[in-house]
Amino acid sequence: MSQDITHDEVAHDHHDHDHKPKGFVKRWLMTTNHKDIGTLYLVFALAMFMVGGAMAMIIRLELFQPGLQFVEPAFFNQMTTMHALVMIFGAVMPAFVGLANWMIPMMIGAPDMALPRMNNWSFWILPFAFTMLLATLFMPGGAPAGGWTMYPPLVLQGGHNVGFLVFAVHMMGISSIMGAINVIATIMNMRAPNLGYLNMPLFVWTWLITAFLLIAVMPVLAGAVTMILTDRYFDTSFFNAAGGGDPVLFQHIFWFFGHPEVYIMILPAFGIISEIIPTFARKPLFGYVSMVYATAAIAFLSFIVWAHHMFSVGMPLGGSLYFMYATMMIAVPTGVKIFNWVGTMWRGSMTFETPMLFSLAFVVLFTIGGFSGVMMALAPVDLQYHDTYFIVAHFHYVLVTGAVYAIIAGAYYWLPKWSGHMYNERLGKIHFWWSTISVNVLFFPQHFLGLAGMPRRIPDYSTQFAEFNMMSSIGGFAFGLAQVLFVYIVWKTVRGGEKATAQVWEGAKGLEWTVPSPAPHHTFSEFGPVDLSKLANGEKFSILSDIDEKDDKQK
Amino acid sequence: MQQNKQNRQKDNRKVLKLGIAGSLLMVGFGFALVPLYDIICDITGLNGKTGVLATSEVKEQAIDHTVTVQFDGTVNSDLPWSLKPQVFSMEVVPGKLYSTEYIAKNIAQIDVTGQAVPSVAPNEASIYFSKTECFCFTEQLLTSGEEKNMPVTFIVSPDIPKDINVLTLSYTFFNKSRLTAAQQAAAAEAHEKI
Repeated sequence: MSQDITHDEVAHDHHDHDHKPKGFVKRWLMTTNHKDIGTLYLVFALAMFMVGGAMAMIIRLELFQPGLQFVEPAFFNQMTTMHALVMIFGAVMPAFVGLANWMIPMMIGAPDMALPRMNNWSFWILPFAFTMLLATLFMPGGAPAGGWTMYPPLVLQGGHNVGFLVFAVHMMGISSIMGAINVIATIMNMRAPNLGYLNMPLFVWTWLITAFLLIAVMPVLAGAVTMILTDRYFDTSFFNAAGGGDPVLFQHIFWFFGHPEVYIMILPAFGIISEIIPTFARKPLFGYVSMVYATAAIAFLSFIVWAHHMFSVGMPLGGSLYFMYATMMIAVPTGVKIFNWVGTMWRGSMTFETPMLFSLAFVVLFTIGGFSGVMMALAPVDLQYHDTYFIVAHFHYVLVTGAVYAIIAGAYYWLPKWSGHMYNERLGKIHFWWSTISVNVLFFPQHFLGLAGMPRRIPDYSTQFAEFNMMSSIGGFAFGLAQVLFVYIVWKTVRGGEKATAQVWEGAKGLEWTVPSPAPHHTFSEFGPVDLSKLANGEKFSILSDIDEKDDKQK
Repeated sequence: MQQNKQNRQKDNRKVLKLGIAGSLLMVGFGFALVPLYDIICDITGLNGKTGVLATSEVKEQAIDHTVTVQFDGTVNSDLPWSLKPQVFSMEVVPGKLYSTEYIAKNIAQIDVTGQAVPSVAPNEASIYFSKTECFCFTEQLLTSGEEKNMPVTFIVSPDIPKDINVLTLSYTFFNKSRLTAAQQAAAAEAHEKI
């Protein structure tokens, strides 16, 4: 999509430093520019969002009515598994890395990411990883069908797709870890010299913490899938009961990764929302420091609650009580965040452009997902909810109306900065209302299905679930169609439209709004102090940044 | 300015090295969870593996509560056998020795060697349950169509918490000939602990 920007914009560009490499290979395959790599990540994520979405459509189509209509149960299982893997590792995570690539250097006054060549590598691993993963769909025996959680012994019974799955996960892990190291190096070393940690926009803060989570848990997943691989092909018995192993061990290792992983997918979303709400409420973010601490607290808690995914597996009473209370504790820092967003809007002069609408929907709908999360944290009642559609409803509320809504909000918010054009506000609003109504029709009835006992990951169901499933499927098709509109809006905006100003939004604060729109190929090339008054938290914490500066001088 | 840039490059490389070291450390941590889990399970009985082989020391002491032991047996899908306990449950006094039998039958046309893996639920009861004699200690060969009674002698420790009134002893038989040499070695090692 950004190819067209080059053709359109090169003629208008008067920036001396704006020499983009010529030719497709040099510009995209060999790029080390954080903006180009950010674009690649975002385009890749959008493509994967559509692939994963198509799989979701097949799932909802089969579940439209009870009985088996369209696909074989084995293929249905492949769809549920691949939908999750593609959406988590292909859509949500790369989209956040893309946003980090585009925005973090511009937000902290850095000329580029700290390790640009590694940045190129960490992106270009991804298409290969997903080619490998998606290729299993066309192999004899089909794609992995044992669920994205890859529990043994089921995952080992699925033929040779296990090997492809494991190596694809390895590559995604390597890509994520390299991206995380890059983010940490950029934030720690590349900030403008007068920009202290507490001057940083919240998006930068949440990404810094996310990056640490990634480094801590992606290697653990790599270890777990390696054990799967050796159990399958090299006769080890990590999870094989006949050989003295224990399949439950996998669940512990997996969820030690898996729980921090869900925060990896939501913390950057918190950051995006914390950028957008102050802009359209025209007030600084309420409780900036408490937001930083709340993010760190959520990240810490994520490591000590993993077994709440395993209440039904069985554990001593003390274990159940511990994991129950620890999990419920996460509601405290999350509540701080929700409170601060509401506090930011309180008595603000709000306007409701598309990014703000998506952010408001995020606050409301993510909170619904949070509430069902607190319900599931209760060990005794979780036995009823476990592996039902209640769980499906919960994690889609936090991931679709949470993570995906934040990504869409961020895309609308920063698209004028990336492309130099305003998107069509009218179409944006249609996209918002269409999505928000349909997404609730899609996922809200699933709560009731789950409470009534409909298990997840099944292609057929008992007839008493028919009405809610039909409702959910209709919502699903409508939501899917709305995202095609989103792709159209993005495409139109990149192609042309009303010219965006540098500031773009009246109430926007932050260094990214001080550079022209579209952002030139190189920004902040002269490493030096920035105007802190342009930052939302620049002046408030300037004393702290003075201390930082003195520290730097002492070095 | 040039000085600055070199310093930053040095710092970036430092972060890169620390990041890679941290990642490798966490891979190690993932693998360290395997023995760590075994240790935690030995202490807590979390995975339902039964206690170490008990000597037949029977403590004659007054026990004021009994425990119901339920018996369960299944075969892995790779094994063409049937398995069922002779009795489905027993009322036992902790501290006393009891015996029962499982009946296994080979329903295949060929001879098959199987090996049983025991498990106790609830998990926290497993460390109070030990067997003095069990068909699960050795591999079992059944010729085609053969039916065999397999004895197990067990003792429930008098230290078992009062709130555990019912426990289940479950066996799963695996097809030993389907295991590779490496898996058999791992199984043998694991069975020494049972």
